Amino acid sequence: MSRLSSTTSMPTGGTSHRRLRALLERGLPLTERPWRALAEQCGMSEREVLAWVERWQREGLIKRMGLVVKHHALGIRANAMVVWDLPDADVAEVGRRLAAEPAVTLCYRRRRCPPVWPYNLFCMIHGTRRERVLAALNDIVERQGLQDIPHRVLFSVKAYKQCGGRYTREEQP
Amino acid sequence: MAELDALDRRLIDAYQRGLPLCERPFAAMGECLGVSETQVIERLRWLQQAEVLSRVGPVFDPARAGASLLAAVAVPEAERDAVAEAINRSPGINHNYAREGLAREGLARQHDYNLWFVMTASDEIQLEARLEALEEELGYALLRLPMVEAFHIDLGFPISWAELEAP
Repeated sequence: MSRLSSTTSMPTGGTSHRRLRALLERGLPLTERPWRALAEQCGMSEREVLAWVERWQREGLIKRMGLVVKHHALGIRANAMVVWDLPDADVAEVGRRLAAEPAVTLCYRRRRCPPVWPYNLFCMIHGTRRERVLAALNDIVERQGLQDIPHRVLFSVKAYKQCGGRYTREEQP
Repeated sequence: MAELDALDRRLIDAYQRGLPLCERPFAAMGECLGVSETQVIERLRWLQQAEVLSRVGPVFDPARAGASLLAAVAVPEAERDAVAEAINRSPGINHNYAREGLAREGLARQHDYNLWFVMTASDEIQLEARLEALEEELGYALLRLPMVEAFHIDLGFPISWAELEAP
């Protein structure tokens, strides 16, 4: 833990940690010492790299770290974005309840854009087939008492692009 | 569909999060699963090649990592592929899906949003500049849907292997 307490004194204006972030967005090299390989590419020590990653995890910049699965390759091909038009007073509570549903993989409140877009809550449901996704949705609607809430189901018909976020300004490292 | 062996499944079940933060993470994973470091690395490389994994590494919180926005555009079906390609060429695009389900009574045709994408940037100013450039290139107005609140905690995605194998 002594390593952690020293991270607050890390330089914040440097470029090497930005380079590290850009590299991390593309994933770890699959070698015995992945952190050392990254360290060499951004001019840090392996310990510094680990300390940065530990800090980013602790601060919540990194939400999780591990295998990022492409569900389509596993046969999870039906992917529905369900959008709901909830009263503003209820949206946070319903959002939390939907997020706790095992079938719901993502759940966000978003700004409406009336008149063209009245929906303010978005959730994703994935499954092997449309019927199963729709059955899961019907089950959620029943149990959560959402029968009277206007909602639409948008199934994906084609993925033109699916990759992790690229937030850093740096171009291809 | 890729044929996964028992080790592949155990890796996916155990390590969508919590990759060990140590010098030799794949050795630590192997130790937990009772296999060698080499086996873990080999399977991960294979899974990545087979496009079962997009990568092994961190998932950044979009709300903290920079600026990002879900946007949609309504285009005639005949133009959909060409518009999607133009969106993909634009910097910062990380998801771009065609979706159906909106076309029905009540919403006018021009509001039948059929392309949905997420644009990212290092900050809000760069994001808006990218959106405006894309809007101009496409000649269609973008529906901008900024996130107000995230309700889920991203823990990865439990895979139900039995359901995948069901006929």
